[in-house]
Amino acid sequence: MYVEALNEAIFEEMDRDESVYYMGEDVRASIYGASRGLFEKYGEKRVLDTPLSENGFIGAAVGSSLVGMRPIVETLTSFMWVAMDQIISQAAKMKYMFGGQASLPVTIRAVMSYGGSSAAHHSDRSYPMFMNMPGLKIIAPASPEDVKGLMKTSVRDNDPCIIFEDSNLAGIKGDVPENNDLNEGELLIPFGKGKIIREGSDCTVVGIAGANTHALNAATELEKEGISVEIIDPRTLVPLDKEIILNSVEKTGRLVVVDPAHKVCSAASEIISVVTEEGFWNLQAPPVKIAAEQVHIPFTPALEPLIFPDAEKIINAVKQTIE
Amino acid sequence: MIPKEKQILMLERMTRIRQFEKALIESQKSGEIVGALHTYIGEEAVATGACVALNDDDYIAGNHRSHGHPIAKGGDINKAMAEIFGKKDGYCKGKGGSMHLADFSIGILGESGIVASSVPVATGAALASKLKGKNFISLVFFGDGASNQGACHESMNLAALWKLPVIFVCENNQFAVTTSYRDSVSVDHISDRASAYGMPGVLVDGQDALAMYEATSEAVKRARKGEGPTLIEGLTYRYEDHSLGLASVRRDSSYRTDEEIEEWIKRDPIEILKDNMISQKLITQKDFDDLEKKEIISVEKALNFARNSPFPEPEDLFDDLFTDPIKFA
Repeated sequence: MYVEALNEAIFEEMDRDESVYYMGEDVRASIYGASRGLFEKYGEKRVLDTPLSENGFIGAAVGSSLVGMRPIVETLTSFMWVAMDQIISQAAKMKYMFGGQASLPVTIRAVMSYGGSSAAHHSDRSYPMFMNMPGLKIIAPASPEDVKGLMKTSVRDNDPCIIFEDSNLAGIKGDVPENNDLNEGELLIPFGKGKIIREGSDCTVVGIAGANTHALNAATELEKEGISVEIIDPRTLVPLDKEIILNSVEKTGRLVVVDPAHKVCSAASEIISVVTEEGFWNLQAPPVKIAAEQVHIPFTPALEPLIFPDAEKIINAVKQTIE
Repeated sequence: MIPKEKQILMLERMTRIRQFEKALIESQKSGEIVGALHTYIGEEAVATGACVALNDDDYIAGNHRSHGHPIAKGGDINKAMAEIFGKKDGYCKGKGGSMHLADFSIGILGESGIVASSVPVATGAALASKLKGKNFISLVFFGDGASNQGACHESMNLAALWKLPVIFVCENNQFAVTTSYRDSVSVDHISDRASAYGMPGVLVDGQDALAMYEATSEAVKRARKGEGPTLIEGLTYRYEDHSLGLASVRRDSSYRTDEEIEEWIKRDPIEILKDNMISQKLITQKDFDDLEKKEIISVEKALNFARNSPFPEPEDLFDDLFTDPIKFA
């Protein structure tokens, strides 16, 4: 399960390296599951429950990373707004602004909960805003294997990494290779390497985070109609594996990008921009963006589902590129 | 008594800051340097008294009024000057400039242009000391304006709660650009706020380097014993306006009078320390004149170093964004 794989990754990294510590709100009780068992094993020195002060404790994590610690900070996307000063003015800019002197091995776990009547204040999918800011590595894993491997890579990376975890994936199941079965002895997934999660020939669908679930459902339906969809999960948005997307579009000639973030200046916008600039002559139809509508997330279940990508929207979009 | 060599060190560094800033004002007037210039003249005792009370392996962080802190910690004025000139041999290879001096090799974790933004960062360095079981401490400089930012309050709560070895030094120079702290702070003294977090708050004459040294030394002792943070308010005064190079904040008599400035100049921190040392018979006026001459020469050398250093090349533009570079087409 996704959240268990994440938990495994955190245990492995804390075991491996004493400078790794874990902090956030209610992490000892682990109300979201990812930090389950950490406090019991590593104790109060390495598992810190913080006051509700995101700007303060994310800044403290950043400061500690400058002098040799490797913090993992747990928060929700919606609480990152109050910590923007530390994430942007410090974490993202320090290394460059100080001529490379700073090393910032800080990992922020940013949980995105949406689609479950959380209303406008708790439904943020904010990765596009962070993609726009140089100096941050942006990770969006969509499978248990990927979240484990990318979390471990983030902890070891010397730059600030934000892992955007789609809470709609928290309970999904999937194979995670046993460390003993891996040549390297553990699962480490490099940044900037996307993955073809379903091969196909008629249309490329790029899915971000939880959008991949809908893309897979859509592909299964479309197959019944004889339409073959290739699904690409970029896995990390900064750095972005352009090559895997451009190669797929070269093969299929068609592109649909599915993104749970708001559609204006979304990750989907960037990916479509890359393909139109660098793969235009391979396109047989205009690319289609399926992203969240440009409006706040309403509480009512009568309206919220209208906002987000779903299988039906993807099916229609794929057909649109083929017609 | 504070050891003689510490007092001489303070006098040297304060004089160095003064001469450094005076040289920069000239360079700014002549158009030799670009951008905003926030000088530390008048406030030298605060950073110097505080930094001389630290060990070399302790950390500091600061703010946009960025030159005094690294010089007070013993930073290299050649690299500082070259940075302010935007040159490749500067502390930050020309990418930080006047507001962002940093020297990680001697514990200067950088100066932040966003006021109060380095307060959580310094708190984090202190957290690292505690988590690692080390004995180093961290000290952060921020102004009276910054003291009203949430980042300050969150950090003070966190530091007091976790008993972190951090010293919060508020350089109350009395004005956030043109707004008096009397019009922006709800209590009489910023140091009064310490009690709200359950830590000591000390109001210090920020023109008196020895008083700053003593207050900081107490805070250092407390921090190293694991007793937690201290808030020190150094009441001081900036002689120049907020920033040179920004026309809109040039001297404007509506926020302070010439008489007030003159009154403060009469309590000049370098004069106060020098006179005190002469009356203690630690130095003579001639010793001071020699020391000042030496610092003037070292600043001239720094200017030449900066002038002769090359500018960064276009191919340096993307360097140091990431540790592990990411290629963008």
